[in-house]
Amino acid sequence: MTTPILKLSDINKSFGPIDVLHDINLEVRAGEVLCLLGDNGAGKSTLIKILSGVYQPSSGTIEMQGQPEVFATPRAAAEHGIATVHQFGGTFPLMSIGRSFFVGVEPTKGWGPFKVFDRQTANTLAVKAVQSLGITRITDGDRLVGGLSGGERQSLAIARAVHFGARVLILDEPTAALGVKQASHVLRIVNEAKKRGLAVIFITHQVMHAMAVGDHFAVLIRGAIAADFRKGEKSREEITDLMAGGETMAELEAQIDTYMDAHSGHAPQPA
Amino acid sequence: MTSDTPRFSIGSLLRRPETGSFLGLAAVFIFFWIFGGAKFASPSGAAGWLNVAASLGIVAIPIGLLMIAGELDISIGSLIPAGSMTVAITSGYFELPIMLGIGAALGLGGLVGFINGMLVVRTAVPSFIVTLGTLFAVAGLLLGLSVLITGTTSVSIQAGPTAKWLLGQFIGGVYQVTIFWWIAVALCFGFILHFTRYGNWILAMGGDKVSARNAGIPTERMTIILFMCSGVCATFVGLSQAILYNSAQVSAGQSYIFNAIISVVVGGVLLTGGYGSVVGIVLGTMTFAIVNQGIYYTPFDANWASLIIGVLLLLAVLMNNTFRKMALSYVPKKKEARP
Repeated sequence: MTTPILKLSDINKSFGPIDVLHDINLEVRAGEVLCLLGDNGAGKSTLIKILSGVYQPSSGTIEMQGQPEVFATPRAAAEHGIATVHQFGGTFPLMSIGRSFFVGVEPTKGWGPFKVFDRQTANTLAVKAVQSLGITRITDGDRLVGGLSGGERQSLAIARAVHFGARVLILDEPTAALGVKQASHVLRIVNEAKKRGLAVIFITHQVMHAMAVGDHFAVLIRGAIAADFRKGEKSREEITDLMAGGETMAELEAQIDTYMDAHSGHAPQPA
Repeated sequence: MTSDTPRFSIGSLLRRPETGSFLGLAAVFIFFWIFGGAKFASPSGAAGWLNVAASLGIVAIPIGLLMIAGELDISIGSLIPAGSMTVAITSGYFELPIMLGIGAALGLGGLVGFINGMLVVRTAVPSFIVTLGTLFAVAGLLLGLSVLITGTTSVSIQAGPTAKWLLGQFIGGVYQVTIFWWIAVALCFGFILHFTRYGNWILAMGGDKVSARNAGIPTERMTIILFMCSGVCATFVGLSQAILYNSAQVSAGQSYIFNAIISVVVGGVLLTGGYGSVVGIVLGTMTFAIVNQGIYYTPFDANWASLIIGVLLLLAVLMNNTFRKMALSYVPKKKEARP
């Protein structure tokens, strides 16, 4: 077995007295899609933010290819090849595709103070990068990003991350706001990224989409990994039950909590 | 944009951010040409609005860049008189060399801009509120200090020939030299916004600040620099006015706040940021100045100028929205597509 490209060991995160993540152990290998499933509030976004350097874990270690790393800033994470694509993130509606694609890493030509943004190169490269991932409908780099469909925008953002040499691609609910056809576009791109040897962490609560591309699944419930299994080990129904089961458990616990709250809120019964 | 030539079309022109402002300028120009007659079109008539446009334009351009980056700076309203008073007190009242006065004025603009930028970046308070605060703070400081130092709110200044030639002469007797400074500022900022990578950063910051930061753009440094630019440009306008008119007053700049914002918005800059052009801002400034000054050449009462400006602003915003939608929904035809 190869060393995992990214490995989390016993990650804990708490904000003051509130524990958000407990003992998270995860690993993802190159050319593999890890699907992170979980309901709202399960701690998915906190986990992503730790991976992308926005938050620091309270305890635990992150290893990249066997080397322990600390991502102090989003930039540090990006320099290690961790690219996070949020819904429509990284694209700017009123900028052209070429400009948007190269934000922060613009190709320039000329010299000294007269270095100018090389629009032609930017447009050509951007269109080529997007098309190579299978979005053939984007042909003109001067088009504004806001004129693209949701799926195309998401694909553009993923293409950008792939183009700039991401090794770990974190996709935060990329298909949540998309229709069936658009979502399948994005899923195809996820597959393409995987084929190119990227490690993909795919966050979703749509089991169907996860099943379509995932090699490895982790279900997050209330800040802890409730299940960790590989492709083919569980059926779609089982995964859905697992996620729903987590919910009923949460409900049950909430009931007990409210009962206890109500109980202690009352005056003590005279003995 | 010469490389556009193969695909040049009316359509591609209509999709540019400055289209609306160009049409607005043409309409306003024709209107005043008809009603203002020969006097409006004469060199002195043109000087009337060009002079106003020049000093307004020098502040409108950095304000426009700030707005494209998603920020706003209204402290210019106090920085313009602060620039005038600084140079007048330093070089007029204390009779120190003019370069020192100019340096002090520009330095003050940079400093206030830096404070604005730092406050916006560090506190995340909306820049409107931050600069509203500095607007009043600088105004109060200015009034207090000038009364304390000079005992008056109006100071006269006699600049030497070099300074006068550079900043305060009338070319051909009617055109303020400020017009050339305006052209220089427009060329400089136009180059930065449209042809350098920094321009791309500014557009991206206004489009989505968080994504821009994630893409590795030093958004905080850029914000501070933009605020400093607007501060320096505002004090520059103030000091050149002082040198031009040989005197400075404490209160002579509040009208610039809204006039600059109107110019920028008429010029096709999106209020929420992420879209706009320097050409548009220049055209918007000219439109504003023509309405503001052209009214004096017409038989109409000058009081109607504000009405025209108000209506024009609304029309411009609606028109710019339409053109922006056209730009967004633009899809190249299959046959036009090139590899």
